[in-house]
Amino acid sequence: MDTQTIKSQEKSIKTTERISGSEAIVRCLIEEGVDILYGYPGGAIMPVYDELYKYQDKIHHVLTRHEQGATHSAQGYARISGRVGVAMATSGPGATNLITGIADAQIDSTPMVCITGQVPSHLLGSDAFQETDIVGISTPVTKWNCQVTRAEDIPEVLAKAFYIAKSGRPGPVLIDITKDAQFKEFDFSYEKCTHVRSYKPVPETDVSKVEEAAKLINAAKKPLIVWGQGIILGEAEEQLKAVVEKAGIPAAWTILGASAIPTSHPLNVGMVGMHGNYAPNILTNECDVLIAIGMRFDDRVTGSLNTYAKQAKVIHFEIDPAEIDKNVKTDVAVLGNSKVSLDLLLPLLEQNSHNEWHQKFKDLYEIEYEKVIKNDLYPTKEGLTMAEVLKEINIQSEGKAAIVSDVGQHQMIACRYADFNVTKSNITSGGLGTMGFGLPAAIGAKMAAPDREVVSISGDGGYQMTIQELGTIFQQKAAVKVVVLNNDFLGMVRQWQQLFFDKRYASTEMVNPNFVAIAEGYYIKARKVTKREDLAEAVAEMMQSKEAYFLEVCVEKEDNVFPMIPSGASVSDIRLE
Amino acid sequence: MSTEEKQLYSVSIYTENNIGLLNRISAIFQRRHINIESLNTSPSEIEGVSKFTIVVNMNEVNIKKILGQIEKQVEVIKSYYHSLDDIIYQIAGLFKIKSELLFEERQIQNIIKESNARIVTVNKDFFVLEKSGKKEEIVELYNKLSPFGIMQFTRSGLIAVTKEEMKISSLLESYNN
Repeated sequence: MDTQTIKSQEKSIKTTERISGSEAIVRCLIEEGVDILYGYPGGAIMPVYDELYKYQDKIHHVLTRHEQGATHSAQGYARISGRVGVAMATSGPGATNLITGIADAQIDSTPMVCITGQVPSHLLGSDAFQETDIVGISTPVTKWNCQVTRAEDIPEVLAKAFYIAKSGRPGPVLIDITKDAQFKEFDFSYEKCTHVRSYKPVPETDVSKVEEAAKLINAAKKPLIVWGQGIILGEAEEQLKAVVEKAGIPAAWTILGASAIPTSHPLNVGMVGMHGNYAPNILTNECDVLIAIGMRFDDRVTGSLNTYAKQAKVIHFEIDPAEIDKNVKTDVAVLGNSKVSLDLLLPLLEQNSHNEWHQKFKDLYEIEYEKVIKNDLYPTKEGLTMAEVLKEINIQSEGKAAIVSDVGQHQMIACRYADFNVTKSNITSGGLGTMGFGLPAAIGAKMAAPDREVVSISGDGGYQMTIQELGTIFQQKAAVKVVVLNNDFLGMVRQWQQLFFDKRYASTEMVNPNFVAIAEGYYIKARKVTKREDLAEAVAEMMQSKEAYFLEVCVEKEDNVFPMIPSGASVSDIRLE
Repeated sequence: MSTEEKQLYSVSIYTENNIGLLNRISAIFQRRHINIESLNTSPSEIEGVSKFTIVVNMNEVNIKKILGQIEKQVEVIKSYYHSLDDIIYQIAGLFKIKSELLFEERQIQNIIKESNARIVTVNKDFFVLEKSGKKEEIVELYNKLSPFGIMQFTRSGLIAVTKEEMKISSLLESYNN
């Protein structure tokens, strides 16, 4: 008998054991293959921590310095690995501190399970110490949530939580477990969830819709693909590349779609949206067929909907039926998993190259290069630019690093200029725009993929929102490379104040601490760069470091990110200066 | 009627019977600043399946989007929307009135007879009238009784069955396979 059959036999024998609810929680996590979870202990979750202590050889708990950090770390873990991230907290403030990360995971479709302790069930509703209605609070920002008051329900509910978080369009699930349910003993057995009656995670792909889409694409003279995170979540990178190459279609990406096709691919025409590339934005309003794949036409992508791709037939490949016609009216909607749909599409496509159309992208790129990119990458002025730092990181990492960015100017620069040669390499807070996301997310990413180089890039504002997670880096010996692009401003807000509020810089100037000293306070190697001649060598030193490294780069204070589509304007009105 | 024009729609939502789902569903309306005109929850024709009947004043484009968001919820089985012409519906009104009026004001007896209202209970202090029908019928009765003095009045949410068939059972079966 080979080992595989032995294993499956072992699995089929359902054994029950009498254990406590809290032990059951840990056993469920192990059954789901969770190797690392992030959290913070407290009164109402203490029985579970007691079990985590006993099971520490099987499951590694990471003590973050704030519960928000735990959610972002779990998100970073999920985004780089495709697995479900897990965060844990106590009741009351512990639970409410998870909310930002949960909301972020909801809008960016990140699979995450959060477990919160709750006051004993007989105290529910009595305003007990550290009681908060976390199920009520988290309802609008979770894919599913549930309160457990009986130990016997724990295995089924947690199995369902993992299934719902990961399947279909992923999202965060919160399970709130009362302290009495954690203490109570019951007969434990575990069965993975594979089906929930009222829930259909992946709609069936209608072949006739794929055929309609193929017909439109084959007839198109000026087709444009815009792909989103649906490609990465659906693991359809190869399928997308095959479609793009066979039909010769220029393909652009949303920030969460970044890295699904390498930056260097000749048909990758760059980023769409507010600070995206010039060509794909302008030509969105010139294409004859717009093929949206696994993206949701966010307002930061479309600008004004009244003037968005009105001339084009729109094909939307999408797993979530609620996204169809939500923002942009589609001509053909292909529901289903991106991998399945694109596999069906590929054989129906005719070989094409669209050379003339593609030339337009190249011509517009030249304009953007002259007006923006050249000055960003090879500035002639004295002050350092953010893009120069990215350029050095690209060189040193050969474009293989995972870039975990925060939110703001540096994020847009990172997305624009980082070389993404490996999928799942752009980890950033897209939909929610959560400052403080970057540093803890980088910790989670590095721990989930220890063999990958993980570079956290933050601004001086967002960095200080979760700066305490340096303590987690230190304690976990997580070899994260931490870069702060310091312009002593909340740069993106300052840019808007300059452009739209007559340079009234209300509360955007930051008086900053000695960042190097702070990093060194956590025993992290640290360095500060203020001059161009030191940059390359400092980045090299950072990238070669085997352990965590902090690099502060002081950049030009009042640089702006261009191109830019002003809020509410048309993609055609993208400004280069 | 154009898809841009607002009108009353009845939204029927078949769901698992779970605590918290009402919160999840009402939040979808609240987030878009849509006032719920009436709301009713009850068991449905299928064991273990609940039915929400929600009345809102919206245009068709937006109600379709709302339905997408509702159906996305894990514990929602299926939802439908119908204009009031496409459903058979009833609303109930309850009127509490002083008993002496029943004997002193002959006209009240005529109003009760004409309106097909039903006397639910009578005691020496008050009697209770029940009237089911369309909203206008209940409003009309209210307006007629109002001059005599109404001690208490309340109106229920709309409940409805549809003219078309709702294939929830077969849908559930297909989910199980």
